[in-house]
This record gives sequence, structure tokens and C-alpha cells, in this order.
Amino acid sequence: MTVAKSQPTHTPALDVERVRGDFPALYQRVHDKPLVYLDNAATSQKPQAVIDTLDDYYRRYNANVHRGLHKLAELATEAYEHARITVARFLNAPDAKQIVFTRGCTEAINLVAASWGGANLKPGDEILVSQMEHHSNIVPWQLIAEKTGAKVVMIPIDERGQINLDTYHALLNDKTRLVAVTAVSNSLGTINPIKKMIELAHAAGAVVLVDAAQAAPHMAVDVTDLDVDFLAFSGHKVFGPTGIGALYGRAELLEAMPPYQGGGEMIEQVTFEKTTFAAAPTRFEAGTPHIAGAIGLAAALNYVTAIGFDKIVTYENELLAYGTEALQAVEGLTLIGTAEHKAAVFSFTLDGIHPYDMSPVLDHEGIAIRTGHHCTQPVMDKFAIPATVRASLSFYNTPAEIDALVSALQKVKSLFS
Amino acid sequence: MPALQGLTIDDITAGFDFLEDWEQRFSYLLDLGKKLPEFPEDARTEDNKVHGCQSQVWLHAKMRTDNNTPTIHFQAVSDAHIVNGLIAILMTLYNDKSPADMLAIDYQAVFNQLDLEQHLSPTRRNGLHAMVQRIRTLAEQHA
Repeated sequence: MTVAKSQPTHTPALDVERVRGDFPALYQRVHDKPLVYLDNAATSQKPQAVIDTLDDYYRRYNANVHRGLHKLAELATEAYEHARITVARFLNAPDAKQIVFTRGCTEAINLVAASWGGANLKPGDEILVSQMEHHSNIVPWQLIAEKTGAKVVMIPIDERGQINLDTYHALLNDKTRLVAVTAVSNSLGTINPIKKMIELAHAAGAVVLVDAAQAAPHMAVDVTDLDVDFLAFSGHKVFGPTGIGALYGRAELLEAMPPYQGGGEMIEQVTFEKTTFAAAPTRFEAGTPHIAGAIGLAAALNYVTAIGFDKIVTYENELLAYGTEALQAVEGLTLIGTAEHKAAVFSFTLDGIHPYDMSPVLDHEGIAIRTGHHCTQPVMDKFAIPATVRASLSFYNTPAEIDALVSALQKVKSLFS
Repeated sequence: MPALQGLTIDDITAGFDFLEDWEQRFSYLLDLGKKLPEFPEDARTEDNKVHGCQSQVWLHAKMRTDNNTPTIHFQAVSDAHIVNGLIAILMTLYNDKSPADMLAIDYQAVFNQLDLEQHLSPTRRNGLHAMVQRIRTLAEQHA
């Protein structure tokens, strides 16, 4: 993407009408109303560039990777391995060998929990997991804790949905082996101070896994600057295909980790007496990988990088400010998650109206939002609510769409009054 | 507002037919929900909970044997208004009938006629089916 009106002194603003044009799914009517897609924390829409890349792969060079000695296999392998380099660059990872393709963020976390956790956790060890984690970053740790005798310890959040660094610091001790924390909360929008948290964990001798599923679509994620040990994200939330994600791991940690699943590709040599395994990342990619997904993910990362996170962050902060003000003006509306540092995610409740009562009305107004606990039941328990309605924005959303949400909420209120 | 008692499923169907757009039908459904008789607090037990609903639903039933044919009277309530509307329809459709009559009801046909299901999300449809299943199980136990 070229920037037409570039100014040498400051970044030009994001041209939202222009980027919307890249997303065909945004131009449709739902229940005879223009679609207002505000469910980006669940999944993002796909730009034409990603759709074209998938189409091109299946039309022109679909083949299995790494094994075939023919032209198509060579093209597919090259594109797949180049996708790995694209992910490495996206995360500013030192080496593409540190990128493992997975089915998504969930599988990446399960991989680390099972493989690293299985090899390194002992009875009495502690895994610190924040109260705002998605179930995907809680349950894998509970499973491995049960197997190894380690203990999952919760890092509590405050009334605004933030981690207090002093509380966190006090929880770190010589039994802490790993800290699992999200960069951005999916249900509250909180942006966590992960750099500082990693620094404190390292000082205590613990490794850190960062769930970057909600961060990757909204801000630059730099594993080198963060000095993080493991970081996971999903392709579909960052404008790529579903079924693909990636794990970044510190080289020495990945090299020492046992395989996660067995199968083709991940081996070095197999006899019935003994099998030796390939080096990372291949060791962790058993079976035919999601080749199209990886190539499509690379197209998505290239797309979002070309827009530039500086522009995206500036624009989404404007949406956040606009949306916060507009929603707070709705009488009876309570925002759940009011952290000082937030992404453009609005979780809320309306006095006297069950969240599940709101969703069909909003749907009929063409508004796609999510209702539920958002796979963060401990967060709902913390705020003593069964569910929230969540509007989660992306750089292709507009202030007019926030207005549409607000007027739909007024309709909800009049219907239920 | 008149009580739910005295309303027949034909009244409800006629009501839905009469209303023209989705919004009016939606309001009517909410009004039906408001007519639910008060649910006894002591019946809000774990046993009475209907699983498979996103919102919380409690259902409790009594056999009435004072007539020649025993009938089943049940009551339910939810913390979501739309679900209370659906419960009102189910109570009108199923209540105070013999187990055999209850089992003979084609609720799917009634809901098709009401043209309601297409407005419910798939998960809410599942919740509705879970409630119907609970009612049918009750009837089967007493058939």
C-alpha cells in the first residue's frame, strides 16, 4: 500500500473509508440494515489481499510441503517457509526457526504447557496466571499442573480490570516457574504492562508466556524488545484465515523441549526401536500443516504492516475515546473494564436488562456484537455478572458505527422499559 | 395486564399473526413473559435448573390428581425477558394436560406458525429445545 499524502514530519491519519474498501464482508446488509461489525475480538474480517492469496494458492501451487520433489511442492514449500519469515519479522523475532505454526493461539499455549510444562514442572512449582486470562490461557496450565503436581496461582485484577504490579511482584517467588499473561484482555480491553511483568518474572527466575491474540491486531508486538520467552497469537484475529496461529519461543527453550505431537515431518529418523526428532520448529509441526493458512496469514500480516501500527493505534485510540464517551452517556449503562491503558473494547451491562435480551435486538439492527462470558468466567465472577455485551472494534470501524450501536441500545431500552 | 391463565395457544398465534413487524412481535413476546405467575423462591434449586440455556432457567412441576385424569402443572422462570416470553408460550401450550396429551403436542409446528424461531439465535433455539425436552421428560415419567 502506498501512502499518497505522506508528510515528512508526522504520520498521516488512517483513511478509514479506503481501508474499509479492502474488506468485502463489511459491505453487506443484515436484516435489511447495513452490517455494523463490532465483534473483532472474536474474529476479524478478511481483506481482499488475504482472500486472493488463498485463492491463488489453491488454484496455482497447492502441494504438500517439504517432501515432494516437484515444481508445485517447491513453490508451496517456499511460500510456507517464507510465511514463517514474515511472522518472524512481524514479531521482530531474531530467527524464523523460533516460529512454530499452530492451529491458533490456543494450540500454541497448549503446546508450551504440555511440552515445556511437562518437562520442567515439578510438584510444588507455581504457575502464575492472571484473573483476566481467556480460558485458553488458564485451562492448559490447570491440565499440566494436575499432571505434574504444580500449582496454578491467580494474579488478581482490580475493580477497573487491571493488574497491580506490586501485587504481582509479591506473588513471584522462588517456586514460580512460569507466568502466563495476556497482552490485551479480550473481555475488558485492558492493555497489560507486560514488559515490566516479564522483567520482574525474569528477576525471579521464571519464564513468561504472553497471549498476544488480542494484541496482534491492534499494536506492534516486538518479542525482542519485550524479551519474552513464549508468545502466541491467532491468525484469524489479525485479518488472516482461521485455523492458523503461531508460537514464538526463545531458541534455547524450544531446542530443549520434547515433541508435542508425533507424526510425519517432525522426525529425523524412525525405526521401531527408536525415533529421533527434527530440530525446532519442525519438531513441533507434526503432520501436514495448514499450508494455505500460513501463506494467508503472511498476506494478512503484510497487509496490516503496510497500513502501519502507528496509524492504527492513533485511529483506534480515537475510536476508544469516542466510544467511551458515547456509551457512558447511555443511561443505565455500566462499562466493565475501565483500565487506564485500554484497547477499543467495550464490555458493558445495561441496568435491568439481561445481556442475552439485548443481542437479538442488536442483531436485528444489523449490529454484530458478542454476548456472554467471552471465555473469561473468572472475570465475570470478579464483577459478579453473568455476562456482558461486548463491542470490540478494529481500524475499519467508524464513529458512525458507534452511533449506530448507541441508537440500537436506545431501542433496546425502549423495548424493555 | 391480563394473567397468562385464560390465554390459549390460538390467542397467542392470532396475536402474532396480527402483528406486522418483528419489533411488535418482539414486544408482544416480552409482554407474555411479564404475565408469568410468580415463581416460588424455594423452587429455584439446582435440581430445577434447565441446562442448555445461556440464561438461567428454573422449571418445577406438580402432578394434579384431583380430576379423573391426572394432569401436570409446571412453572418456569428465567433471568432473561425473552426467555420468559418463550416460557409463557410453552406454559400455554403444555400446561394442565395429561402426560399423553402433552407428548402428542407438535411444538415445532406451533413455533413454525409463530414464525419465531428464525429470530432466535441458534444457541437460544437450543435453550428452547432444552426446555421442551425437560417438559417432555416430565410427561414421559408420568405417562
